[in-house]
Amino acid sequence: MNLKIVVLAKQVPDTRNVGKDAMKADGTINRAALPAIFNPEDLNALEQALRLKDQYPGSTVTILTMGPGRAADIIREGLFRGADNGYLLTDRAFAGADTLATSYALATAIRKIKDFDIIIGGRQAIDGDTAQVGPQVAEKLGLPQITYAEEILGINNGRITVKRHIDGGVETVEGPLPIVITVNGSAAPCRPRNAKLVQKYKHAKTVTEKQQGNLDYTELYNKRDYLNLVEWSVTDVNGDTAQCGLSGSPTKVKTIQNIVFQAKESKTLPAADREIEDLIVELLANHTIG
Amino acid sequence: MANFYLDTPELRHHLNHPLMKRIVELKERGFKDKDEYDYAPVDFEDAMDSYDKVLEIVGEICGEIIAPNAEDVDHEGPAVANGRVTYASGTQKNLDAVTKAGLMGVAMPRRYGGLNFPTVPYIMAADIVSRSDAGFENLWGLQDCAETLYEFGNEDQKKRYITRVCQGETMSMDLTEPDAGSDLQSVMLKATYSEQDQCWYLNGVKRFITNGDADIHLVLARSEEGTHDGRGLSMFIYDKRNGGVNVRRIENKMGIKGSPTCELVFKNAKAELCGDRKLGLIKYVMALMNGARLGIAAQSTGLSQAAYNEALAYAKDRKQFGKAIIEFPAVAEMLSIMKAKLDASRTLLYETARYVDIYKALDDIAKERKLTPEERQEQKRYAKLADAFTPLAKGIGSEFANQNAYDCIQIHGGSGFMKDYACERIYRDARITSIYEGTTQLQVVAAIRYVTTGAYLARIKELEQQNVAPEFESLLSRLKAMGEKYAEAVTKVADSKDQELIDFTARKLVEMSAYLIMGHLLLQDASKNAIFANSAQVFTRFAEAEVEKNASFIARFSKDDLAYYRK
Repeated sequence: MNLKIVVLAKQVPDTRNVGKDAMKADGTINRAALPAIFNPEDLNALEQALRLKDQYPGSTVTILTMGPGRAADIIREGLFRGADNGYLLTDRAFAGADTLATSYALATAIRKIKDFDIIIGGRQAIDGDTAQVGPQVAEKLGLPQITYAEEILGINNGRITVKRHIDGGVETVEGPLPIVITVNGSAAPCRPRNAKLVQKYKHAKTVTEKQQGNLDYTELYNKRDYLNLVEWSVTDVNGDTAQCGLSGSPTKVKTIQNIVFQAKESKTLPAADREIEDLIVELLANHTIG
Repeated sequence: MANFYLDTPELRHHLNHPLMKRIVELKERGFKDKDEYDYAPVDFEDAMDSYDKVLEIVGEICGEIIAPNAEDVDHEGPAVANGRVTYASGTQKNLDAVTKAGLMGVAMPRRYGGLNFPTVPYIMAADIVSRSDAGFENLWGLQDCAETLYEFGNEDQKKRYITRVCQGETMSMDLTEPDAGSDLQSVMLKATYSEQDQCWYLNGVKRFITNGDADIHLVLARSEEGTHDGRGLSMFIYDKRNGGVNVRRIENKMGIKGSPTCELVFKNAKAELCGDRKLGLIKYVMALMNGARLGIAAQSTGLSQAAYNEALAYAKDRKQFGKAIIEFPAVAEMLSIMKAKLDASRTLLYETARYVDIYKALDDIAKERKLTPEERQEQKRYAKLADAFTPLAKGIGSEFANQNAYDCIQIHGGSGFMKDYACERIYRDARITSIYEGTTQLQVVAAIRYVTTGAYLARIKELEQQNVAPEFESLLSRLKAMGEKYAEAVTKVADSKDQELIDFTARKLVEMSAYLIMGHLLLQDASKNAIFANSAQVFTRFAEAEVEKNASFIARFSKDDLAYYRK
């Protein structure tokens, strides 16, 4: 079985070690103070993809990331660990995207990739913590989804079995391919970078990076095509600019404030519309949302 | 994210030594591998960048996986059941991580699946691994045995075995027996050739075998019936897949507990000869041991680093009499000496590794073509320097590791005596370094001939001629003055032609040689890189007092005094 796996990965500021200067006065993130890293749960997702590739030789793992030029690091990090190729969605028109515009852009890129069995990503990114992008991508592509995955148990007759993390335990579910899966941080950590792959791919660069950086190894780019990382613009993925970036983002930030996070017991609701409505009213009343 | 390579800038300094240009040139031979292997470097800068990037992987695995596992591994340890060893769960995770990261067969040629790295970056990885868990270094570092297979095995054996090592299979070197420890000439494990089966069979017992349940073993055995000395011994390869060797027990050790030390029973174990008969001990094991000794020197340096880091962190954190204890001169002095000994061990380690690199790379080239006269001369010079420096790096480096581990506990005070801090494990782990692969006393035996022949002195004289930064001129003159005292002591002992006196004063003379060489190397380091400035200052003062002490002992000692020491 040759699976085609697409890993959704994001470059994020490392919010795990936030100092006083993490936010600027205008309420935006001070990216200079926070190192850019591979979103941790996306690494868990990459590991699940690589395990499938180990299990089914001939399968391919493709990294898809959206971000500024330097997000090409994410593709290289993926290649260093065993991914086969990657695409960087980068365009000024993508900038300032909320989850809706992000999932729109990713979905158009996945349509362009066309041939895939599994779309897999982390549950959420540590900068926004929304956990919305994965599910939105699934909806936009009309695919089934399994969230909070901890381990992919196997694939039989076009159906995938996944152990997922739920409150107070785990449940094992099954779904048809193609499918979108989001992976929880409790899944196996990602394997280290591989010495040979790092040496093989360390010169891999996007066109933009080649234009900016020194061209010591130009000769290599002609001989070794895998060193040329692909960048896609809005036009490349046939995107509608109005649905991308800031213009495609209904989310508006009102204010930003420092809060002390207080973890509380979770609340279990019966699966009835009435209960959900009551909860929304309650959350609006205490300003958790709205 | 802890990274044990990036957080120690001293390592990069040693990696980027000017001699690396020659080493890479010899090792990569016109970078011809680049057309065949997608991970081979295309030029010198590319090769150096690869070493740096791979060491970054090593640093990350050590900081994020191996070091955090070390305490559990130390408690859990390996187990043996039905003749087979099971590693502690943390050890298995460590092995999986280094294998997945492609860090097995680091120094092996690419045609067998290795990374073709020179000794310097390989030893640097060993240094880093040892800092994270010295016991794990024993398992990972046994890939050294592949080097022996590469040097002395036939092409068929190399293809079959080295390839497996590069894929993550582990090795062991089965030398010691109950009655053959330091004296390996007494090895009795019997090898008999079966004409009928066209193969060798091994029978007997081996003891104290590190990782004795390895996949591939190198075994020293007596192939010549009726012989009793080293000339009757040959080297064999035993493949675990063939069966015939069981682990009877594993030792309950003081330290490096994660590494299983096994007693092995060979019962008609099928084996194949490696290299020529009768050269097992006199050629192959000697080569194997030199490589292993450099490995222990790296292990010692890594332990010295771990001891220093733990002591420094504790001294900054611990408050007494209203201030951090690091502010007390008595503690600061200990820490400064620890750092100076660490930097001194490390500079000697990499100097030695570079010598090994040059002569081994030339040896390897000599298998393909005749060396030019210049190359032959270069090969000879560096082989001799490597032989002379290896016992110093191992002998003194391991003594320093023990001293640093001792001081680390001292700085922790009463807490250091409890099992709550890493320092007690480091102390136990360090203890073996001055014992195995030849005790310090045996390193002295190996080194003394370079004292009496003047080889060390010649090298010291060369080092005295090197330029140092103006601010270190005064240290250089102090080192030169120490050199004169050393030369006097050497002359007195050597001229006596009294073997007992030479043996008796050997330790002192060898220590003096090492301190002088380390002092000069540190001066070179400090002249290029300010991070070594304090260590150069502190170590020169330490060495000066030690050289003075030993010189004065020898100057006042007469061979009649030996009588008081005889037992």
